[in-house]
Amino acid sequence: MDNIDGRVQTEDSQNVPAAPRAKSRAWLKRLGDFWTLGILVIILAVFGILQPSFLSVSNWFNTTTYMTETLLLAIGETYVIITAGIDLSVGAVEGLAGIVAALVMVALEPHGATFAMIAGTLAGMLTGVLFGLLNGLVITAMKVTPFIVTLGTMGIATGLTFILSGGTDVVNLPNQLSNIGNATVLGVFSFPTFVTVLCLIAAGIILYQTRFGRYVYAIGSNAEAARRAGIPVNRNLIKVYTLSGAIAALSGILLLTRFATGSPLTGTNDELNAIAAVVIGGTSLFGGRGTIVGTLIGAAIISVLITGLVILSVQPYWQTVAIGVIIILAVWIDQFRHRMA
Amino acid sequence: MEPVLQAKGIQKYYGSVCAIEHIDFEIYPGEVVALLGDNGAGKSTFIKILSGVVKQNHGQILIDGKPVQFASPMEARRFGVETVYQDLALAPDLDVTANIFLGREILRGGLLGRLGFLDKREMRGQVAGRLDQLKVSIKSVAQIVSELSGGQRQAVSIVRAASWGRKLVIMDEPTAALGVEESAKVLDLIKQVKARGIPVLLVTHTLPYAFDVADRIVVLRLGRSVADLRADATDTNEVVQWITGSKTVDRIAELQGHRG
Repeated sequence: MDNIDGRVQTEDSQNVPAAPRAKSRAWLKRLGDFWTLGILVIILAVFGILQPSFLSVSNWFNTTTYMTETLLLAIGETYVIITAGIDLSVGAVEGLAGIVAALVMVALEPHGATFAMIAGTLAGMLTGVLFGLLNGLVITAMKVTPFIVTLGTMGIATGLTFILSGGTDVVNLPNQLSNIGNATVLGVFSFPTFVTVLCLIAAGIILYQTRFGRYVYAIGSNAEAARRAGIPVNRNLIKVYTLSGAIAALSGILLLTRFATGSPLTGTNDELNAIAAVVIGGTSLFGGRGTIVGTLIGAAIISVLITGLVILSVQPYWQTVAIGVIIILAVWIDQFRHRMA
Repeated sequence: MEPVLQAKGIQKYYGSVCAIEHIDFEIYPGEVVALLGDNGAGKSTFIKILSGVVKQNHGQILIDGKPVQFASPMEARRFGVETVYQDLALAPDLDVTANIFLGREILRGGLLGRLGFLDKREMRGQVAGRLDQLKVSIKSVAQIVSELSGGQRQAVSIVRAASWGRKLVIMDEPTAALGVEESAKVLDLIKQVKARGIPVLLVTHTLPYAFDVADRIVVLRLGRSVADLRADATDTNEVVQWITGSKTVDRIAELQGHRG
């Protein structure tokens, strides 16, 4: 009876220490938004001082083009991680889509190089879409966690890549392919960089300005609330994973234009760099928060670090060491912010 | 006057366990009804039925006199029945406006709208207006919900429900997690919602709160609606007796029998 008898709560925990805590939270938030940009600037400065040629025009092209590989995958991964999921299959799908595109191009070249390139591109994109769709369907319909599902499809895609290619490079791609890949757009971008910039802008606009983008955040922030609000959670998740697969395929096809060779090793471990870029960029592994701009900064940090270390002739094995340290640091900060929030 | 929502002879079994034996309930336009009862009296099952989460085995729900069936919470909401859940059901990483419009976003006009572009300015404007009408003090409609206090979050949930609940807003223990001061604010907000003509069904354990805001008090006991009392014609003592069962329908009939 005592729980109904005019019980009055006396504890007032909610509104006592609000002011100082709010201040430190705002500070943390700002730190979370900008500390990565600061690190990028510091890294650029350090490499620039140690090796002035690092800040040259040719290295701008090198670094930005190198960056597209990580950045494209990271764009799709940003969406996925904002929904509180993960897509481990992007690197493998990138590789498979590249091989499929290369094989189709080689097979169809007798019918005309342009036709072959278009058909190959479509076949590669379709591969990515199908794998993304598969990820999304299994995650939502069979309710297997994204980590396991995409680990599985990563294995499937990797295996198919080697089966289709016989484990060797696909060569004799149309010559025009490398003309496209080595073209310069607007004077400052390589072709792959230009395509990536377009994707980046589109992804940012969709995420911030459209209802789909809003649902991506809502699902990651509180899937149950999204469901209760009538948001078709599963359908949107399937869209997100399909998008991730498609953009991974695009990355694989762009790599073909750069090297004019389809290598079955393409994309190996690329998902790790992509996930690292996303997390460094401030997207929370808990879901619900993250930005495309942050991902751009994250990808830039990774790419600058790697190309910088190469220019300084540091043993390449140190690259993964450096990235590993940064990932742990970024996740630590993410968890710290999550606890504070 | 016709009740805006009416529940007749509601009965609900979970397997062979009887959660609700027989509930009759009605609520009129602009009325606040407090639903009281001890644990296990059937309160939460009853509001789950009203909000479309579970389906009754027997009985009928009428809105404006017409029988309706809620196959899902979404359908209940389409009929204008909104629920403020105990666990809030907000997306903490989204801002106030995004939460209030969650699942009901306003899109821009023309081609951009067809592409799914949000009309953020329109939504913010509307939310600012609603917060103003209901006298809710939140610094900014663009504030992230995780930065709000518990009471402010509850206010966001209530404003959301009141924005869309044309027929009924159900509140499941809206003050359960709040301190005294914040609870008082929530009660004020309920009065504001009532003042705008939206009926409110308030589930609470705290009797003074019920007396503070309710026009009527409905008591459930062991899966039955046992008392329907005007708040200004009863007192805590009587309500407690109904809740605990020291006063029952049968006893009244007995007493009346003795008199007669």
